[in-house]
Amino acid sequence: MAKQIRIALRNCGVIDPERIEDYIARDGYMALATVLTELTPEAVIEILKKSGLRGRGGGGFPAGLKWEITRKVQADQKYVVCNADEGDPGAFMDRSILEGDPHSVLEAMTINGYCTGASKGLIYIRAEYPLAVERLKTAMAQSREMGLLGENILGTGFNFDIDIRYGAGAFVCGEETALIHSMEGLRGEPTVKPPFPSVEGYLKKPTNVNNVETFANVPVILNKGWEWFASIGTERSKGTKVFALAGKINNVGLVEVPMGTTLREVIFEIGGGIQHGREFKAAQTGGPSGGCLTKKHLDTPIDYDNLIAAGSMMGSGGLIVMDEDDCMVAIAKFYLEFTVEESCGKCSPCRIGNKRLHEILGKITQGNGTMEDIDKLRNLGTVIKDTSLCGLGQSSPNPVLSTLDNFYDEYMEHVKDKKCRSKVCKSLMQYLIIADKCIGCTLCARNCPVNAISGERKQAHFIDQEKCIKCGACMEKCKFNAIIIN
Amino acid sequence: MNMVKLIIDGKTAEVPENTTLLKAAKTVGIDIPTLCYFELKDMNIENRPGGCRVCVVEVKGRRNLAPACNTMVAEGMEVYTHNIRVLNARRTVLELILSDHPAECLTCAKSGSCELQSMAQQLGVREIPYQGEQSKYRKDTSPAIIRDVDKCIMCRRCEMMCNDVQTVGALSAVNRGFMAVVAPAFEMNLEKSPCTYCGQCVSVCPTGALTEVDHSRNVINALADPTKTVVVQTAPAVRAALGEEFGLAPGTLVTGKMVAALRRLGFDYVFDTDFAADLTIMEEGTELLDRLTRYLKGDKDVKLPILTSCCPGWVNFFEHNFPEMRDIPSTAKSPQQMFGPIAKEYFGKKLGIDRKNMIVVSIMPCLAKKYECQRDEFKVDGDPDVNYSLSTRELAHLIKASNIDFNSLPADDFDNPLGESTGASVIFGTTGGVIEAACRTAYELYTKKKLEKVDFKELRGLENVRHATIDFDGLPINIGIAHGLGNARKLLEDIRDGKSHFHAIEIMACPGGCIGGGGQPYHHGDSEIIKLRASALYREDAGKPIRKSHENPFIQELYREFLGKPCGELSHHLLHTHYFDKSAGVFVEE
Repeated sequence: MAKQIRIALRNCGVIDPERIEDYIARDGYMALATVLTELTPEAVIEILKKSGLRGRGGGGFPAGLKWEITRKVQADQKYVVCNADEGDPGAFMDRSILEGDPHSVLEAMTINGYCTGASKGLIYIRAEYPLAVERLKTAMAQSREMGLLGENILGTGFNFDIDIRYGAGAFVCGEETALIHSMEGLRGEPTVKPPFPSVEGYLKKPTNVNNVETFANVPVILNKGWEWFASIGTERSKGTKVFALAGKINNVGLVEVPMGTTLREVIFEIGGGIQHGREFKAAQTGGPSGGCLTKKHLDTPIDYDNLIAAGSMMGSGGLIVMDEDDCMVAIAKFYLEFTVEESCGKCSPCRIGNKRLHEILGKITQGNGTMEDIDKLRNLGTVIKDTSLCGLGQSSPNPVLSTLDNFYDEYMEHVKDKKCRSKVCKSLMQYLIIADKCIGCTLCARNCPVNAISGERKQAHFIDQEKCIKCGACMEKCKFNAIIIN
Repeated sequence: MNMVKLIIDGKTAEVPENTTLLKAAKTVGIDIPTLCYFELKDMNIENRPGGCRVCVVEVKGRRNLAPACNTMVAEGMEVYTHNIRVLNARRTVLELILSDHPAECLTCAKSGSCELQSMAQQLGVREIPYQGEQSKYRKDTSPAIIRDVDKCIMCRRCEMMCNDVQTVGALSAVNRGFMAVVAPAFEMNLEKSPCTYCGQCVSVCPTGALTEVDHSRNVINALADPTKTVVVQTAPAVRAALGEEFGLAPGTLVTGKMVAALRRLGFDYVFDTDFAADLTIMEEGTELLDRLTRYLKGDKDVKLPILTSCCPGWVNFFEHNFPEMRDIPSTAKSPQQMFGPIAKEYFGKKLGIDRKNMIVVSIMPCLAKKYECQRDEFKVDGDPDVNYSLSTRELAHLIKASNIDFNSLPADDFDNPLGESTGASVIFGTTGGVIEAACRTAYELYTKKKLEKVDFKELRGLENVRHATIDFDGLPINIGIAHGLGNARKLLEDIRDGKSHFHAIEIMACPGGCIGGGGQPYHHGDSEIIKLRASALYREDAGKPIRKSHENPFIQELYREFLGKPCGELSHHLLHTHYFDKSAGVFVEE
């Protein structure tokens, strides 16, 4: 755990998130006070730009630059939006920050309001995060009471207030234009950028959209200085990143590590290695539309650019570890299932293309794949990435393309040999009874849910492959190891 | 205006900033294919959701391909519209769209006019490599429009028309991902939605997902029935567009050929809705003058402005959206519905034909007319005044199916008495035409003076909302004109808020008026076609010997022989109607 540096998560689990005093005791609202009394908006933006902070929601756009663009647009009203529509399965860093340190986000949004010229902030949060919503409301009431939010903040004449907007859990609403349309009461689907929200966003007004984790970094940067922040991380990715470790790893949960930490350090040192001492096979980063990294990537420093170069992405920081029991074709299919479900349906490559990708993967895992299908996967995946309207479609084929690149032989086995080496694809498996080992106890037959096993008492039994649904109940019950998977 | 220089396929283009790559490419002779993109130039109608991704191009330095319809030019940009990356992507995207589209071209109502079909031809698609599940939806038939959204490609044009242009709000995208489709709320039937049947969704749908309810089979059966006398009436806008279906240039007037074709089809009497339009002017003009006179005398109860009521899409619109204002529009029926009772109760009785044995067919540029003629208040003991309404497109199909070589037909004349019409009635087919016709008559009736200059040019044009003041010999009459229901909504809201100072307002539901109606030959986004149709009607008007409705000798005879006087008792019975509050009928679950 020594390799961790907690910036975004600095207060989580340390302070009582329902007590503003706790937050203040740990330098909370100090940055806001300094900003409002000593710094011009331009100066704050300059600090942020020099710090090298990039968007933590997935895109990695330089935060200071975004703030600057929003500031420069002339408008009678601007908005600050906090994207708390955390949608990647298994990722919960935003939720942890909002539940454990809500004031850090409120403080950063207020600073953003001061810098961009916005008087109104909106937090777009999943309605499935009731505790986070509750804590935010408590925090907002406390900071209003203490003059840290609302009219005339800290007596400086600066006005800024924050409201909450609820999302209904559509993955695509994490895309900033879709998020904005959802807040406007419109269908949650993206629109073509430009115009970027910084120029034309919520209600057609300039809107600065940043993710929870991005905001949580801001007060610390201002307190400790950009030099300190920029000293952490790699050349083009500064600071830390929170990852949600999951899968076949010993220590699951959130970790915050400096950018540039290698996959090996995260998985084997912090994560405690693979469960049951099995062999590492792949790590999927970047949520459902990230790619799969392999052993050859273990010593690559993790940052925005390296991940993209490796065919994956940072995303919001999901990191799912797989071992030799995971079939990479089935994994690709699993992730596609998610994007097919979550596509908004607006653009044809994402709406139809992902569906077709998923169907072809289904065909392959069922043992009906052909070499032509492999070509189709590659062409479709490339075209979907190249032509889709928003980030969802532009990344959804990543699991397919990266597994095709890194685990081509597994695809070949499924297609040519009709075999799944990880014994995951049920259609490619056969449960067989070894006659020599079977003593005819009938236990398997009695436990088979579809009566696929027949045989006389004390005689070797037999599995009817036509009837078998490959549930594995027989193998589990057999006391004599007489049942094997072919 | 700042000019931007860029290179497209090696050619240098110089265009104003904020120009799309699509339009910039056109300036150097490059035609990038599009599917969801749609524009009616000069009419402020544009659809570019960037959804189909067929128009993608490569922009040097950009990670992914860019939609040409939605990407603005930038100085020094290098664009490739047909390199191998682009061609492969475009073709794959089209193959994907086709893989979720029923291969029913042989029997599809849109075959031949389908933009998806022609794009598949243009790109030379000979097989669809990506086969898989196809989305299936319930087919929805309303009185005028059929939704067969298995064929929907999510171009969102209909949604844009219905919401942004017409502000009707009947259609929007529902569901997510593969099941996403454009439908009424909760995927209820169109009939239960606030749909006005204006048919603008049909007129812009690139595929066969939205088509009209086809009544030509009923008409063929009626024509074949020896016990029936079949009478046909043709709306003014039809003659200015029908020729397009036979390869004639847009704006070609085919009045005579159309009459000849209808006669060959076997109609017993070929009449003109224009006759009924003259009648409408007599009734509506009289109503206007009556309200105006009472208003000028200080009658506080009188409602002004008077709104025209010829357009059934518009009538549906205010019944749904402004039911509290339904006493403002004229009570005069539309020309189609005036023609019906005159044909059955006057002409039929004169000939001794029982109304049950007379079938009245109308040829209309409109789909809302199909609904209008089915309204209960336009029936006598269940017998509709107008039995069937066919669109311009349906008539063209009927002519083609009947082996009639349209282009070689010699011109023929309408039958009398219901075929005689004036120039005033011809221009009913275009925005501003009804009110111009009304002014020609109202002026003379009010001032008792002869109107020398019959062309009210100030009432013509294609601007969304137009205002003009007409001098009634010292009395300034303020006229408002709106075409497109969104524009109508603005005018109505002004009236409701007391901001309007008009005496009379003309409203047509479709952009351009009936010439741009939902039943007209598909214009595929070419607004020039709509303009040419308008000028054709003005040409026909200018060439007519009589150009004022009240001077139509057969109209005069009709009043003498039958109706008595305009807005008289019989008129009220046969030629006027009342409106309903339909706001509550919306969103009712089946």
